[in-house]
Amino acid sequence: MKFLVCISQTPDTTAKVSFNADSTEYNSAGVQFIMNPYDEWYALVRACELREALGGTVVALNVGPAANETTIRKALAIGADEAVRIDADPKSAAYTAKQIAEYAKGQNFDLIFFGKETIDYNGAEVGAMLAEHLDLPYIAFASKLDLNGNTATVERDIEGGVEVLEVDLPFVLSAAKGMAEQRIPNMRGIMSARTKPLQVVAPVAADETVKTVRFTLPPAKAGVKLVDPENMDELVRLLHEEAKVL
Amino acid sequence: MVLVYAESPRGQFKKAAFEAVTFGKKVADQLGVPCAAIVLGANVGSAGELGRYGAGRVVQVSDANLDHLDSQSAAAVLADAAKQLGATVLVLSHSSTGKSIAGRLAVRLNAGLVSGVNALPEMRGSDFIVKKSVFSGKAVAEYAVVSPIKILSLMGNAVKPDAIGTPANVEPLSVPVPAGRIRVKAVKTVEGTVPLPEAEVVVSAGRGMKDPSNWGIVEELAVTLDATTACSRPVADSHWRPHHEHVGQTGIAIRPNLYIAIGISGAIQHLAGVNNSKVIVVINKDPEAPFFKAADYGVVGDLFEVVPRLTAAIQKFKANN
Ligand SMILES: Cc1cc2nc3c(=O)[nH]c(=O)nc-3n(C[C@H](O)[C@H](O)[C@H](O)COP(=O)(O)OP(=O)(O)OC[C@H]3O[C@@H](n4cnc5c(N)ncnc54)[C@H](O)[C@@H]3O)c2cc1C
Repeated sequence: MKFLVCISQTPDTTAKVSFNADSTEYNSAGVQFIMNPYDEWYALVRACELREALGGTVVALNVGPAANETTIRKALAIGADEAVRIDADPKSAAYTAKQIAEYAKGQNFDLIFFGKETIDYNGAEVGAMLAEHLDLPYIAFASKLDLNGNTATVERDIEGGVEVLEVDLPFVLSAAKGMAEQRIPNMRGIMSARTKPLQVVAPVAADETVKTVRFTLPPAKAGVKLVDPENMDELVRLLHEEAKVL
Repeated sequence: MVLVYAESPRGQFKKAAFEAVTFGKKVADQLGVPCAAIVLGANVGSAGELGRYGAGRVVQVSDANLDHLDSQSAAAVLADAAKQLGATVLVLSHSSTGKSIAGRLAVRLNAGLVSGVNALPEMRGSDFIVKKSVFSGKAVAEYAVVSPIKILSLMGNAVKPDAIGTPANVEPLSVPVPAGRIRVKAVKTVEGTVPLPEAEVVVSAGRGMKDPSNWGIVEELAVTLDATTACSRPVADSHWRPHHEHVGQTGIAIRPNLYIAIGISGAIQHLAGVNNSKVIVVINKDPEAPFFKAADYGVVGDLFEVVPRLTAAIQKFKANN
């Protein structure tokens, strides 16, 4: 089995959000970056578990600059066998998906994993785009995945429930909570990650369909209005008359 | 034309579809073009109703292969329909259905996609500008969609469905429907409650509840408000509450009209999933709890006393109104 896990790097949620002088780019100075949790905890770990059970190879792929190699090495420490970095700024979902598609098209991956979305832009776009480029089925928000020969059984989260689906390999999925448990890399993993292969691939040109114009900060909240804990009638009145939500 | 894909999971339109049509109509008015809705599947109830929300035309691709979602066939059909009808803007819901399809459609139509949009686009000169909330609600990004065809997926609860018009005739639309490759074995849904992403009122509780056996007061408040219940991550992780209630960065992101947080400290990872709520009420005994900074209304007090008191006050209010 040949598994591809697409990982992205995001600022840690607790990181301060600021932008460059003309507000067109995220200011990454001094920001702690992490592997996107859905990619790490669910997609990557489940791919490694399946490789351990069935044999094969897990390839971790990132579209990003050389600075992302710390995150890529972490994926190798968690259990990926080899890594690929496409040397480009992942400036949009469409651009990123195009890069991954160019790399993946001749490689016959059996299963391609994404996390369900990134925690910075929450787009949930790249997986669906890649699936279309490669003309493969796509299952978004998979919370359970089992393989039986060439057939996968997948549970997918939908509003207020789950769907149980069956699909033949190859296909693309995005992983949600439930698919696996987070793994902390151990010393052996960290040591071996240093010597596992990390291939750097040049990007291809891609059309631009969406451009970032600028970032703004949301309007500040007016501040909390405290209500006497003895007087819940007052809270109800405020919710009704002022907030108009009752 | 603005073409809205009105999703109909298991043959039913839900709020997401009405919101998308309402939004699509407003975008169409901005652009001075007509708004149409498209419905997929052979077994869909009362598609003409979409006319009420502003769809001047409703077209249906009536094919049993589309009764269950397969993103590949749905995207192929929607792309063909968009070309046939001459759509320049496509609107989908930012739901488990819409997110499966939007990216595929973008590739098929070489169209720019902005997902999770929560406000109407702005026309700046010839630029089509769309905003979305990013970085856990800590910033707003503005994008210019520069392709001839533009795709927007609309965040739930971002617009209020407006039933202003009259039902439309449903016209059949003929496009080739490729067979899907995904087989649906079962669909398990939790009946009787509004799913969290659609809920307008959410009552959520955290570790301050001390023990799962204490949830009665939370459920009672939720019933009184017709609200859906949610919880913080440690509560779901310790199996005090089912996982589908977990909201936050690693759980579900919601934006109800009213979010009541009970015994939740308000860690940034929790706020990431809830701070787009329109009104936030926080009940916490610790006046220093970070959640108060993100709240509109706060009650500093013991939840075991405050929550039953709030429930009683709402019951009284309902009896009088
Ligand atoms: C990568 C990552 C992702 C995460 N994702 C999520 C996520 O998606 N969702 C999420 O919720 N968390 C998430 N967390 C965890 C988060 O950081 C917090 O630990 C968690 O939200 C705390 O849950 P809590 O508020 O229920 O519990 P606590 O932090 O223990 O807070 C309990 C609160 O209850 C109050 N309280 C106690 N007794 C009473 C009483 N009698 N009356 C009134 N108030 C009382 C206390 O004052 C306190 O503020 C994540 C963490 C990490 C590192």
